[in-house]
Parts: sequence; C-alpha cells; structure tokens
Amino acid sequence: MKVRCSFQGGIHPSEEKISEGTPVEDLGVPERVVVPLSQHIGAPCEATVSPGDKVKKGDRVGQATGFVSVNVHASISGVVKSIGLFPHPLGRPLPAVEIESDGEDAWADHLKSHEDYMDLSPEALKEIIRDMGLVGMGGAAFPTHVKLSPPKEKSIDTFIINGAECEPYLTADHRLMLEEAESIVAGARIAMRSLGVHRGIIAIESNKPDAIEKMTALTEDMPELEVTALRVRYPQGAEKQLIKTLLNREVPFSGGLPMDVGVIVHNVGTLSAIYKAVRFGIPLIERVTTVTGSGVREPKNLRARIGTPIKVLIEACGGFSADVGKVIIGGPMMGVGQYSLEIPVVKGTSGILVQPLSEVEEGIAHTCIRCGSCIRACPSRLMPTILAVFAQREMFDEAERYDVIDCIECGCCSYVCPARIPMVQLLRYAKAEVLARRKKAA
Amino acid sequence: MEDRQFILSSSPHIHSGESTPRIMYSVAAALAPAIATGVYLFGLRALWVVILSVAAGLATEAGAQRVMGREVTISDGSALVTGILLALNLPPTVPWWVVIVGSAIAIVIGKQIYGGLGYNPFNPALVARVILLISFPVQMTTWLKPSPLFSRAVDAVTTATPLGAMKTHLMVKGSLEGFTMGELWNPFIGNIGGCIGETSVIALLIGAGFLLYRGYITWHIPVTFIGTVFVLSGLFWAINPDQYITPLFHVVTGGLVLGAFYMATDMVTSPLTDRGMMLFGMGCGAITIVIRLFGGYPEGVSYSILLMNAATPLIDRYFKPKTFGWRTVSSG
Repeated sequence: MKVRCSFQGGIHPSEEKISEGTPVEDLGVPERVVVPLSQHIGAPCEATVSPGDKVKKGDRVGQATGFVSVNVHASISGVVKSIGLFPHPLGRPLPAVEIESDGEDAWADHLKSHEDYMDLSPEALKEIIRDMGLVGMGGAAFPTHVKLSPPKEKSIDTFIINGAECEPYLTADHRLMLEEAESIVAGARIAMRSLGVHRGIIAIESNKPDAIEKMTALTEDMPELEVTALRVRYPQGAEKQLIKTLLNREVPFSGGLPMDVGVIVHNVGTLSAIYKAVRFGIPLIERVTTVTGSGVREPKNLRARIGTPIKVLIEACGGFSADVGKVIIGGPMMGVGQYSLEIPVVKGTSGILVQPLSEVEEGIAHTCIRCGSCIRACPSRLMPTILAVFAQREMFDEAERYDVIDCIECGCCSYVCPARIPMVQLLRYAKAEVLARRKKAA
Repeated sequence: MEDRQFILSSSPHIHSGESTPRIMYSVAAALAPAIATGVYLFGLRALWVVILSVAAGLATEAGAQRVMGREVTISDGSALVTGILLALNLPPTVPWWVVIVGSAIAIVIGKQIYGGLGYNPFNPALVARVILLISFPVQMTTWLKPSPLFSRAVDAVTTATPLGAMKTHLMVKGSLEGFTMGELWNPFIGNIGGCIGETSVIALLIGAGFLLYRGYITWHIPVTFIGTVFVLSGLFWAINPDQYITPLFHVVTGGLVLGAFYMATDMVTSPLTDRGMMLFGMGCGAITIVIRLFGGYPEGVSYSILLMNAATPLIDRYFKPKTFGWRTVSSG
C-alpha cells in the first residue's frame, strides 16, 4: 500500500478511534426535535411553517434565502410546537423549529425518486442537491450546491472524495465507508457529473485499511475513480492539506479556494447524502455521528435525526461514565465545547466527544520560550507565536502582514506549545478582527 | 440526565503534554555526561563548582523574583540549566566567590532585568562568563591538567588550553613550526586543559544525541556552526599551514562543541525558523574563526554566540516562512 503525505507541519496525536469496530446503530425517532434554521455557512433560512402545523418526515420547514443558503426539513413527523430561539452548537441561541413527534414517522408524499438519475442534467442535479438541504458534513457545513457551481472561468480537473477522517476519536466516516460504500461512490459520480469532472480520488488515512480495501474493490472497474492511502497525520483531512498531498498543488493564500487550483473536495458523508437525495428524493434529515470519549459508557456510531438533542444520543450510549468535564461537538482538535445537553444534532455534527474531568487540559499559559514548535507544526506555514503576540497587543496590521487570515484553526500550534499558550484562540481573535476590517474597508 | 456545568474552553481539547520544565530538565539531563566527565577529569572541585553555581542561580532567581513581586518559578528548571551551563564554562580552579558572582550575574543581568525567562535577548550563562572573563582575567584563565579522579598522585598541575598554547606559540615564534598539537584523541575524550564541561567532545555528543532525538534541538545550528568553523579554518590552513592549524584541531578544542550544541541552540536567544537558525550558526562560526585567528583572545565561541544573539530579532524578521499558497500566487 503506497501511503502519501507531503504537506508540511502537522502533528500525530493518539488516534483513540475506540468506536471504529462498532457498526452504525439507528437511534430511531426521538420524542421531539429542534431543527435550527441555520445549520450551514451562509444566510439562515426563513421558517415556512407555523406553530400547530402538521409536518411529515421530509417536509420543508425552512426556506433557503439567497444562493449561499439551503433548505431545512422536518426529520420526524408530528406537530410544529414552536418557532423560536433554541440552544445551538455555535454557542448562542439561534432560531429553530421545534417539532413534537406523532410517533408515526410518516414520510412526506411528495418525495421524488429518480431511477435514471445519471441521465439528469448537471443543472437538474444541482437543483435537487440544493432543495434537499445538502451541506458539507465533515464539519464546516458549507452548502454543497455552491461548491458544485464553480464560476465558468475556473476549470476543474479533479474531484477529491475526502475519507481521511484525521480528527482523533471520530469514526463516523470510517463506518460509513465500510457500511455504505456504494452510496458514497454513487454520490461521487453524481457530483462529478454535475461538475463535468472525469477524475476522482478517494483519499483515506492508512489507519483505515478495511475502508481502503473496500473502496478499492468497489472502484476496480471504474477508471475515473482511484483510491489513495494517506499517512496518518493531522490535519491531513483539511482541504488544502489534502490537495497538497494528493496533487502537490497549493491553494493560493489570502482567501484562495480549492477551485482556484482546479479541485473540488467533498466529504464521504456528504456524497452518501447526495446519492440518497438524488436517487430517492430524501432530504438531509439524518446523519451518522460518533458518540465517544472515556466520558461515555459505551462509545457508538449513531444514525441520528437532525434536531435530536445530544442528551438522547449520550443516553443511548449508556450515559456518562465519570465526572464530566467537557461535552464537545466535533473532534478534540477542532470541536466546540457545549454548555447544554439540549443542543441538537445538526447537519455538521460529526461527533460528540465526552471528556471526563480527569482528562480536561488545564491550560495555564506561561511565557513563550521561543522553542519554535508551533512554527514547525503549522500546516499553513505561519508563525503562530508571533501572531499570538500581535493578537494580545491588538496589533492587527502586523497580524495581517503575517497572514493571520490563512490560519485554518487546526489547533496544531496550541497542541504542541510547551508554554500552553492558547494560540488558536488568539489567532482566531486576530483573524476575525482583520476580516472585519477588510469588510469595512470594502 | 439534567444539565450540569460543563467546562467551556477553546479548541484544541487535547495537548501533547510537552512543557517548559520538561524541556529544561531534559537539557539538564543531557549535560550529565559532561558534568560526570568534568568531575572525573578535574576532581571533586569541579563538582563543587557545579553545585555552587546551580545553588547560587536558584537562590538568586528566587530572590530576584520575590524582590520584583513576580511569581517565583525556580521549579521550571531554567535557572538550573543556566547554573549548570555557567559552571561548565568555568575553569576547574575558579574561586568559589567568582562562581557565586557569576551565577548572580547570569540570573539578574542575563535574565531577570529583561522580564525573566523568554524575554532575555542574550544567553544568560554566556553574559555571566564574558563579564567574569573581563573582570577576573587571571582567575578565569587558570587551567588544570586533567588527572583522573582517584588516581591523583600529586597536587593539581596547571596547564594551558590547546588553543591558548597555540596562540602563545604563534606570538612568540611567529609561526606554528615546532608546535605539537598532540593526539586529537585527547580533546575528543577530554584529556586537555579547559573549562569543566568543554573538554570532552564525546561526553557532549552523547547528551546532544539525546536532545536531537527528543527534538529539543535541531541539527541546523550545531551543523552550520561547526561546519563553518571547519570550512573557514580549513581554508586558511590550506593556504598557509605555517600560520594556521588544521581545521579538525579547531573543531575538537575549546568551547566549540559545548557552544554549538548547548549554548547557541538556546531556544530563547536563537532564531525561530530553520533557515534563520542556519544563518545564525554560520554567523557564529565565522565570528569564532575571526576571533580565534585574528583576535587577541585564543577563544571566541562565547563572543560569537552573544553577537549572533543580538542579531536574532533581525534574523527572525527576515526569515519569515512563506505562507502556504504563497508560491502559487507569485508564480502566476
């Protein structure tokens, strides 16, 4: 097995894929769901239902506003109880539709399946993908149809199917590749058709040999698809690092996108969802998510309806096993700590990591001893320690000159820092300030 | 399962476990072979110098931090390392009060007046060594002939360092004719006159190997430093072997190996990037050779490192890594 890694920097934390051998379990229908109207990067939806309305599974409850926006759908059948502000994984309460289950779990009757979906035009495919509320399911939740609609002047030659899953602990993509490989490949072919691309690379880290084997066998007769094993190195699954490794192309700095180097990257979960949307007309109303960490009794990979409160998932895993320190949505490197168990699973929820108090890192920052570890670990080739000083002193012009906006917030710098300086937090602050200033100036 | 208080803090939520004390104690451990060899070669007096230097360093740091109303951080290991490095840079005959004065200078003038660990522009141990060298030239340059522990027959015999002997010979005779540099095996194992920790190349390399393996130092500074000394001294030797001694002699004698692996690599006072470190190492090597060959002092490693310490902020400014994606933009 040829294993590739060519991006600079990065780290290799303990992989902790404790749930990789656990098949995906269907969580079933929760009593109630809270479906946020903003589960994607871009403009929030407008609610299309009112309290008291009856909805069925797959009914649209939120309408996209603008191009960079997607619909949201009812993930259970029942009655709309309220529309208001609810806890959201991003940290502050945001508008959401609360639905109470009628226990029937009935499908909406307008779902349109396409047996001959590969005969649909690229435009028709993108239309369906947009209507079905698809977003990137690797975590960033960028609307899928936007990524599939590069401007005409950008010629795309390569499509990357991202199965790297480089975050420690997370195994949802791994299980999906083992259990639903066919849907991922079918979804990839749909995406490639809508882009008019004839070369696809399925990229998987080498710690998932069974998934590599499965994908290789499945694509044997498909000359347009190849499988590549990647060296286990975080953040190998970050788009820019993935493109660098596979094609030795660097996405231009200061706001460049993969399409600038002729590449579109999609996560395996997104592709599986694309297939289900196009083939069966099923909107994005459920996803596989990993519930893991030594803070839960029985780590699992669960298929959960969008809007299910995370406490339902944690209960399905036997509940907490110890004094809980942190409940994190996402992985340990980039995930966001949560304040409430009422937070719903959203389209971008790749995992729920429960850290016992004993494992929580107490970051008491000391002064920088200029060891340079952060510079060697930075996959964006920035100087995090210098940027951290600029952020602390609010020297935003200097931070901009040192390319702070190219920080991908992967967390490698903070991870390696012997002085435990919260670098990502500081860089994120400087980045936000610089971006806000640019917006103001424009 | 009711809501409870969860800890909220920024990602990442895991850490490598690396810490400043771990780095410092590793450096101290890496210097153990050099300390042991120094004690073996120069007797228990060498051990007393190390102990005194470390004790005075820790006491000064605690005192200085208390006076300035800062948190006392002597357990972070940095004063320990400074104390050991200063001791290893002193002659075995050094009077006890010079050790204490030196250690206090290292901590106060070398480090604390700048704000403590991380803010000092110069290597504290070298600041102290150079101030001592200027202030107490006799006490700082009285060298002992090694006489291995437990085998000493008579009282200590003074001698000159190989570099000192060579410089004197050159000044008196005008050329190297008649100068015997002896077997280079002697400086390699440490059987020459010199500072407590600088004479044994092999003991220093063992510790350096450990630091390289742990990733606390990289090859960039030591290799460019020693390489530059080798190349430049080799150049002069090739042109005029009557006036200039072999490059290998320059590499294994004096404080070069100690300086290149343990002093020039000091994280706080050396550049941040690999390319910056390489320029830094080359600068150290060039200045060392200029002082050794054309200066008044027989040895120039300490001065070269201090001068390059001063250049570090400039080097860091110039050698900024090229941001990911930069090349793509510039090329088209």
